[in-house]
Amino acid sequence: MGPPIYIMWLRQMKRFLRSKARIVASLAQPLLFLVTFGFGFSAIFRQAGAGNYIDFLAPGIVAMAIVFSSVFSGIEVMWDRQFGFLKETLVAPVPRTALMLGRTLGGATVALIQGLLVLIVTILIGFRPSWALLAPAIVVMALIAIIFTAFGTAMGARIRDMQGFQLIMNFIIMPVFFLSGALFPLAGLPAVMYWVVRIDPLSYGVDALRGLLINASHFGLALDLGVLVAVAAVLLSIGAYFFATIEV
Amino acid sequence: MRTAGGWHTSRVHADETRPIMNIIEVRNLTRTFGQVKAVDDITFDVAEGEIFAFLGPNGAGKSTTIKMLTTLLHPTSGTIRVNGHDPVAEPDAVRRSFGIVFQDPAVDDELTAWENMEFHGVLYGVPKARRRQRIDELLAFVELSDRANSQVKEFSGGMRRRLEIARGLLHTPKVVFLDEPTLGLDPQTRNHMWSYLQQLNASDRTTVFFSTNYMEEAERVAERIAIIDHGRIVAMGTAASLREKTGTESLEAAFLALTGSNIREEEGSSADRMRMVQRMRRGR
Repeated sequence: MGPPIYIMWLRQMKRFLRSKARIVASLAQPLLFLVTFGFGFSAIFRQAGAGNYIDFLAPGIVAMAIVFSSVFSGIEVMWDRQFGFLKETLVAPVPRTALMLGRTLGGATVALIQGLLVLIVTILIGFRPSWALLAPAIVVMALIAIIFTAFGTAMGARIRDMQGFQLIMNFIIMPVFFLSGALFPLAGLPAVMYWVVRIDPLSYGVDALRGLLINASHFGLALDLGVLVAVAAVLLSIGAYFFATIEV
Repeated sequence: MRTAGGWHTSRVHADETRPIMNIIEVRNLTRTFGQVKAVDDITFDVAEGEIFAFLGPNGAGKSTTIKMLTTLLHPTSGTIRVNGHDPVAEPDAVRRSFGIVFQDPAVDDELTAWENMEFHGVLYGVPKARRRQRIDELLAFVELSDRANSQVKEFSGGMRRRLEIARGLLHTPKVVFLDEPTLGLDPQTRNHMWSYLQQLNASDRTTVFFSTNYMEEAERVAERIAIIDHGRIVAMGTAASLREKTGTESLEAAFLALTGSNIREEEGSSADRMRMVQRMRRGR
């Protein structure tokens, strides 16, 4: 299993490092959110007695960058199918699980790097995290990356065209992001919305990042990590199954 | 691998005393998609060291059959043996036995020619020293040594095809599948491609199984031809025997006599649209 996983990972890394446009473009959207929401709402947020909005928002924006990059990486399976390269890997004498794990880990590494780049940008904008728990925060970022790359890979193994991709972005990823509490505090939400937030796995990722970077966790770190690990395991299994049953 | 070779190289096998074995055995193979029988109860054998052509109009079932032989698609019914192994029960044993050149390009554009080869070698578990040596040899064989470190996106269609042939041979397969390998290639590239494959067939006794809808290609290259239409094999044998059987002058006439002259419509894929979208996404 080792060498195939490594070579699939290496391929993702090489593709990422060779597409400078993608690296730059991936910073644009988080930056836009950070500047417009961050500066737009900071006065109201402060007046409401909730503190510094940039500090509150930055972990959510880092999570957002990771989620979008992850889903794009995962969904590359669909491009590989269209451009034929998928077949080259599917006829190789290696377990499909190894192919799936390799490309998921590769995509997740790419997403993690982009998340770290966005973290640097947030600091330039004025985010002041506590550095003591940066290492565990990076672990949480990696978990978010694995969850959403595995999700993207699973979807990419099933959908065949751009329409399917648009459906997933608009009906799954956008709601998952907007309902995760990345942009707003969870305390005092209407009951129905609070329950929706609680079944959104990204809520726990954003919450864990806030817990570690600005010491403001809503659910508690233990629950956050438990949910993230469980969801990662489930999505990796589903992705591996979908990948194992691809017919082209 | 030796130099020279051409369209009509006489084939001298290294080990003439070895009993001829069927490298591919197909019995009553059927594959349905919903109501449509893409492949309908076909039976044939390919001997080891043979060059065998699947000739048929668009949508005849050629690609579907190759996908089943190469573990990409499960048969609805019937049995297959490739190098003695069942693609459904022992996919990895089958996968180690063949190399394949797909109908559509299947190289990674963002990687270099060398990296595409290396990727393939690692996936097939070719040990490093041997892998590096074979990559050099094979890139020289298909005359791409000087472009080894260029990204494939800079390559022409013919160069991609040559790279795919080199890649398909990297793990020294016993049989090479080529699904309409010369579609859209110029005559020079086609000529080159077949000279590589005929050399390989002569020197290493590698079986070559290809599909095509070019009559003259089947006639010039293949020892035996199976004509497939509407998912069924309508005739099989040497080009001469097929002409004889239909009482026609050329294989083309034999082909039309066997398959009729209606134009076949094949369902278009969304690949072209996707290519355009990706080009836009990359800003090219």
